[in-house]
Amino acid sequence: MSEPKADDQRPKLEIDKVSKAYGDFLALRECDFSVARNEIVSIVGPSGCGKTTLLWSMSGLHGVSGGEIRLDGVPITKPHRDIGLVFQESNLLPWRNLRGNILFPYEITGETPDHDWIAHLLERVGLKGFEDAMPGALSGGMQQRASIVRALSQHPSVLLMDEPFGALDSFTREDMNRLVEEIWLESKTTIVFITHSIEEAVFLSDRVVVLSGRPGSVAAIHDIDLPRPRTDEVMASRQVFDLMNAIKGGIAGARTKAAE
Amino acid sequence: MGDITPEFQKKRGGGGVDVTNLSAFAAGGASRTQAEIVAIIATAIIVIGGLELALRLFEVPLYIMPPPSAIAMALIKDFPFIAPHLGHTLVELFAGFAIGASIGLILAAVITQFPFSEKIIAPYILLLVTTPMLALVPLLILRFGFGYTPRIIAVALASGPMVMINAATGFRRVDSAKIALARSYGASTLQIFWKIRAPMALPMILVGLMIGSIFGLLTAVGAEMVGGGFGLGNRLTSYSSMIQMPQFFAVVLILSLLGIAIYVTFFLIGKKWASWDA
Repeated sequence: MSEPKADDQRPKLEIDKVSKAYGDFLALRECDFSVARNEIVSIVGPSGCGKTTLLWSMSGLHGVSGGEIRLDGVPITKPHRDIGLVFQESNLLPWRNLRGNILFPYEITGETPDHDWIAHLLERVGLKGFEDAMPGALSGGMQQRASIVRALSQHPSVLLMDEPFGALDSFTREDMNRLVEEIWLESKTTIVFITHSIEEAVFLSDRVVVLSGRPGSVAAIHDIDLPRPRTDEVMASRQVFDLMNAIKGGIAGARTKAAE
Repeated sequence: MGDITPEFQKKRGGGGVDVTNLSAFAAGGASRTQAEIVAIIATAIIVIGGLELALRLFEVPLYIMPPPSAIAMALIKDFPFIAPHLGHTLVELFAGFAIGASIGLILAAVITQFPFSEKIIAPYILLLVTTPMLALVPLLILRFGFGYTPRIIAVALASGPMVMINAATGFRRVDSAKIALARSYGASTLQIFWKIRAPMALPMILVGLMIGSIFGLLTAVGAEMVGGGFGLGNRLTSYSSMIQMPQFFAVVLILSLLGIAIYVTFFLIGKKWASWDA
């Protein structure tokens, strides 16, 4: 998915002093970080700290009140062709079968579906043969796999994932994390991942951004300098333990600050 | 996969009006066991046979309550005469319902797009729902005569608001995440309506259509009883005034079967097209 024209040195996404207010309520205050090309960045933080608000602003669904979000140097003001979204709890349309759900983006944009790519993705996530199944008949993990296929179906260069596995049990969640890493290793999409789980953040990310709450602002950015793929062995190392504690400490600090 | 898909309109807390969930249908037609079929037939025989026996045993006069056998005989013997009246009632029902339901659906779709207009219109719709349209029939007859017109107007006025309030409930069931999904691909307002709002509203629309058509049937028969020389309602007044009770109950039976047919039709449509779990 590399784009030869683009300047590889420039960050893929720039979150430049972004603030967001709803009336008098300030949800985000001068959030400032960038996401490099082909990087996975997780955003963690306490509930209600504005993670989802920030992600929706990055997707162009929300405007910002101050600052700017840029994709390849161009400000994002509305939903962008190059950005795929994965929602909480799959967000499949329950009246359509999997095929209908995955082709939904193409119906909206009026483009001709890339059937080979979709077939490849379905096989990749283990949903081959389930094209005619209704979402209600599938497990939560399968539904979320289908929603990942939907998000990737139009070849986005950025994938924004909003707590995609929060509703899944821990085993399914680990499988899904591995799947995301595999897909990323294969396609080198730039991924921004929101999660409550520090373990998930460390497993997936190149960097973890800790947001502090009310108003949401960047409290810390941790580099996750671990080899890939992140095997059980890597994840059981002392380094991971220390990283997770550091992030946990940062979030705890952010929470007490928010409570004051 | 088909048989794992959830049943039409699963009961949920605060799910609005829901009359499509009688267990007899929800159990699924094909899955009845032999024992169940025997039980169903046995119950029918006991109820109908018991009624027949009791009416004969206590020598209840025919003009108070005719036995089932007399009703069945009347239905068979007089059906050729009743059939054209059934046709008239159906014409009124279909025409009135088509007009009422179309206007109701369009109004529901439009007003839910503009919450402000909904606040203004809501009291009038409530007025239409709660006013018995039969009360207007004498007035309509004065204006439009004894033909189809006053009856069709009454049916439309009775069914339209029912369709509208239920459809509006459906259209109001907005799932912001699904609309955000459509918007993230740059969907237009019209695309969001047809691809997200309308399918989400479909189960409630079907409930509205069913309630509306049953209200329409009742109103059609009621309007026929008020005036005019044709229709099943006219047969009811005429048979009862002539104390032809077997014929009277034969017409009642036809009306009941018509109501059941409407119910089953919408139930099957719902099962086919709206069986996803909302």
